[in-house]
Amino acid sequence: MIVAERKPLSEIKQYVEKYKKILIAGCGTCTTVCLAGGEKEVGVVAAALRIAFLKEDREVEIIEDCITRQCEPEFVEPIAEKVRDGGIEAVLSLGCGVGVNFLSERLDSVLVFPGVNTKFFGAAVEPGVWVEMCAGCGNCILDVTGGICPIARCSKSILNGPCGGSQDGKCEISPDVDCGWHLIVSRMQKMGTLERLSEFVPPRDWSTSRAGGPRRVIHEGMRSQNEGSEEVT
Amino acid sequence: MKSGSKLEQLIAAGHFVLTSELGPPMDCNGEVVLEKARLLKGCADAFNITDNQTGVVRLSSIAAAELIMREGLEPVMQMTCRDRNRLAIQSDLLGAAALGIKNCLCIAGDHQSFGAVGRLKGHPGAKNVYDVDSIQLVAILKGLRDDGVQQGGDPLEKRPALYIGAAWTPLGDPVEFRPFRLKKKVDAGADFIQTQGVYDVELFRQQMKIAVDMGLHERTAILAGIIVPKNLGMLKYMNSSVAGVSVPETLMKRMEQARLAAGDDKKQASKNQAEEGIRITVELIQKVQEIPGVRGVHIQAIEWEYKVPEIVKRAGLYPRPTITEKGENNAS
Repeated sequence: MIVAERKPLSEIKQYVEKYKKILIAGCGTCTTVCLAGGEKEVGVVAAALRIAFLKEDREVEIIEDCITRQCEPEFVEPIAEKVRDGGIEAVLSLGCGVGVNFLSERLDSVLVFPGVNTKFFGAAVEPGVWVEMCAGCGNCILDVTGGICPIARCSKSILNGPCGGSQDGKCEISPDVDCGWHLIVSRMQKMGTLERLSEFVPPRDWSTSRAGGPRRVIHEGMRSQNEGSEEVT
Repeated sequence: MKSGSKLEQLIAAGHFVLTSELGPPMDCNGEVVLEKARLLKGCADAFNITDNQTGVVRLSSIAAAELIMREGLEPVMQMTCRDRNRLAIQSDLLGAAALGIKNCLCIAGDHQSFGAVGRLKGHPGAKNVYDVDSIQLVAILKGLRDDGVQQGGDPLEKRPALYIGAAWTPLGDPVEFRPFRLKKKVDAGADFIQTQGVYDVELFRQQMKIAVDMGLHERTAILAGIIVPKNLGMLKYMNSSVAGVSVPETLMKRMEQARLAAGDDKKQASKNQAEEGIRITVELIQKVQEIPGVRGVHIQAIEWEYKVPEIVKRAGLYPRPTITEKGENNAS
């Protein structure tokens, strides 16, 4: 999932303090699971802002909402309508960066602020700890590296690792960071496939990653189905 | 000859070669480079010019390499993957070759978060590149030189004659994989190898034996890295914090004794440790020279370059051999 972290309240307050009526929009999917921007966090941020504004003797109407996903039209449209019709001056999205973009595109003149910092694609390795595991590079090579991603989990994204900076299973950048290549070598050893790592991996084509510009995925089946139904109606 | 560099010729002639290192300054004072060059002239066969080492901006390796050539020294230009994508890398390799540079060490480069290990600010907020890794870089350079083709597939008319170097951390983790990674570098086209600093000669010997059993010493020239220790603090730091460097307790004890012998005299303590450091260095050079498969040493006296002439002389490696005949058939 997409892992995010809530921004400091002081930063959030700076965004919204000049408005009289704001909406805090949570997201019921990724940011809910990583405890950054679900219904509960919407409540926490709203309460904190109310207290802060009250202390300054300012009247700000704060509306709370949390939708299933901020990245799909069927969920975003109703909330966009609510903003447009309800005289809301600014939106604080606690969805990931996708949510902020998607809402912004639907709200011509209303500002949408990011309430979280979107971090990475990761997994919960223990309660309250998430680790990056995929870089979304667009051309998966996990078959070569025993299911552990060198692009996301090696600080240098090297494909013929480990570099000389691996020590006691940790990366040269920090003793808190596992060396991705140490994980790969250990796993390949366990599987008895270490010799596969002796094969040279050539420079990769990064055009499938962000280096190739903004990306899109088209599911032809769904698209043609949709076009078909539009023709009927 | 692949490059015709002095280093290549001496290796081909069977000499025990010696490389050293010259770190460019953090400003544009080329005179500093020239001064170091004058100091080091004749003390080694070729001199590595570091490329923004420890993630700190320095006068470029390509420019510093050109500067030392003016003083008659042969450079080994270091090229990291951290700061350049494959376009910039190849462009710089072609430029270096056009300037007459004949050796290139292909390395990944320290992560930009290093900032000279916290001693300087550095640029920890920089975006790194790592478009290709060090082994891919070796292969790219070999492709340019031997196949006359850029990585993207376009041909080149005049090929860069560069002797290709790579680094090896024989005692880096996971240690059992290190000889295989060395083989990957050799397969990709590394003509010579400079290792991470060796202090634990026994462990290094074991890794060298594996490399020799794999026949790698015949396909590439392995130069053992020697980092000159200045004092006990440096040895302790390297032992605990530098990946792939393990310092035996006995060496640390020796350094400690050298320090203690000075009593409260701090100046004397540092002098004693410096002397002990040189003694340790000379011994290390002599010990690794005995290890089968080792074809030379790479001496790194970090910001202490002026000590190199003394070290080389005391190790019995001075004067350096000269090339009499151009050709690889006069191996001794």
